[in-house]
Amino acid sequence: MASIHLDNLHKVYAGGVQAVTGVSLDIKDGEMIVLVGPSGCGKSTLLRMVAGLETITSGTLKIGDRVVNNLEPAERDIAMVFQNYALYPHMTVFNNLAYGLKNRKFPSNEITRRVTEAAKMLEIDAFLDRKPRQLSGGQRQRVAMGRALVREPAAFLFDEPLSNLDAKLRVQMRVEIKQLQRRLGTTSLYVTHDQLEALTLADRLVVLNGGVIEQVGTPMEVYNKPASLFVAGFIGSPAMNMIPVEYLQAQGATLPEILPDETDLVGIRPDELSLNPPSDASLSVKGTLMLLEPAGAESHLYIHLEGSDQPIVMRVSGVPQMQEGQAIQMYTSVAALHPFNKASGRRTG
Amino acid sequence: MVENNRWGNLFAHLVLILGVAIVVFPVYVAVIASTHPSGTFLRGVMPLLPGPNALENYRTVIFEGRSRAGTPPIGGMLWNSFVMAMAITIGKLSISILSAFAIVYFRFPFRIFFFWVIFLTLMLPVEVRIVPTFEVVANLGMLNSFAGLSIPLIASATATFLFRQFFMTVPEELMEAARVDGAGPMKFFKDILLPLSITNIAALFVIMFIYGWNQYLWPLLITTEQEYYTIVMGIQRMVTGGDSEPLWHLVMATVTLAALPPILVILFMQRLFVKGLTETEK
Repeated sequence: MASIHLDNLHKVYAGGVQAVTGVSLDIKDGEMIVLVGPSGCGKSTLLRMVAGLETITSGTLKIGDRVVNNLEPAERDIAMVFQNYALYPHMTVFNNLAYGLKNRKFPSNEITRRVTEAAKMLEIDAFLDRKPRQLSGGQRQRVAMGRALVREPAAFLFDEPLSNLDAKLRVQMRVEIKQLQRRLGTTSLYVTHDQLEALTLADRLVVLNGGVIEQVGTPMEVYNKPASLFVAGFIGSPAMNMIPVEYLQAQGATLPEILPDETDLVGIRPDELSLNPPSDASLSVKGTLMLLEPAGAESHLYIHLEGSDQPIVMRVSGVPQMQEGQAIQMYTSVAALHPFNKASGRRTG
Repeated sequence: MVENNRWGNLFAHLVLILGVAIVVFPVYVAVIASTHPSGTFLRGVMPLLPGPNALENYRTVIFEGRSRAGTPPIGGMLWNSFVMAMAITIGKLSISILSAFAIVYFRFPFRIFFFWVIFLTLMLPVEVRIVPTFEVVANLGMLNSFAGLSIPLIASATATFLFRQFFMTVPEELMEAARVDGAGPMKFFKDILLPLSITNIAALFVIMFIYGWNQYLWPLLITTEQEYYTIVMGIQRMVTGGDSEPLWHLVMATVTLAALPPILVILFMQRLFVKGLTETEK
């Protein structure tokens, strides 16, 4: 168990591509950090730099008190769970789990003890003498986690471990990973492109874009106060609506004076819009219902605003009795507005 | 789907049977001929039914030979062929799998250049480079030795290329997982890559063994002492070497014996080969 310190890490590939630019992050002992971002944002590269599978172009990486920039992955006291599991196909589950311990010259009774213990914890003890190909996707996923577990490392690194599972299994494994991590209290770094996975798993969330950190914070901080337009658009589904201030003013809406001067875009989450005026100070917008999308317990309304080419999305519970093409008046509480500056892409207040 | 047509079926089977007959008939004739006494052939007609002399003929070629007809006992020649074929096979496999490992998993200067150099040697089979190779082997004093028989034939671009193609299909994460698990390059090679390559090794083993076993020109060139003769060149010596008529019954017995080891290798390796194919990893 250990803390991890990333200090101004850079990664430049041989072709001159900047994959990671100036990332600094302090991961506390026992913390679960989720790196999230769109594909190509450098999150996997960053994780692989921590793992030692990619070289670090510049900056300092410390695991515990040791600078590990130039250590081999095996010497960094980390364990990694790969996206496609990377199980050794010709070895039994037992040997898959034991391989890392054997290479580290553990005595065989200690290997057996640790493997059985981990297998029990992950409920794969019935499959110990099977080969990976005889297992289902979920079981393979457990074996891959078991391989990390038996090592009892200072940190777990997860590289999109759930992306090969079907939706139902993904939710189940997500819960199990979280419980396991809580129980073991091992520092973890988890990479995903799935914002729901990120929000549910993370103690703290790191949103990456183009190799740069956009925001670090607890899931609720990031969700309630996105620091940039990118974060606002990336976290939350359906994505946050962005409406230019100019447009609202042209529609005759009165904007609250608390918005900072440089604000030229306001963001409204789809669930902060409602069909009835809220009790506190509110803002109202008129539009036409383009499309009604029922999604079980809730519905998504796609609303066309007169004179704007960007439809806005509104989330209501149940399925409202409405006709596509009908005029709609929406309200939102002033406190729920997210003010942004378009040019800088940053939040203004 | 093609419709089941009676005449079509008949025709197809006819063609297939004809094809099989063309391949099998000479083998059949050789086996039958090896069971007749020498007198049978003087009439100029090849017999098509087994004769009475099978045991005696095989005993003669294996243990006695007919020195007057240029035929030493072939027991030794079979052994020589086997040693040469095994040396070539094992040598080729070990060198090519290691070179493929180096080319795929290590980043060294001129990697691609070296790969193409290896690949280019495909264009230079033994026959093309036989004179300079003979010169080198002669100067190294390797004439009339097993080293001389096998070493010049060991380097194999084909096997290197095939192993390279296979290694490139092995997911990179496997290597990374092994690195995280504390396995160095050679340990990764031994513990993971080698077991995964078993099917390829088996297939190449069959091909290489037959290639080695069937070498004709090279052993003919560099061996002058009887104790290093191989079976394939031995057959040729039997037919042309003596001053009398070739003893066809003994030649055919030799031919039959010479064909046996490659068949055994195929039968034995096929089981591994098929097993590997059906259990292949996704």
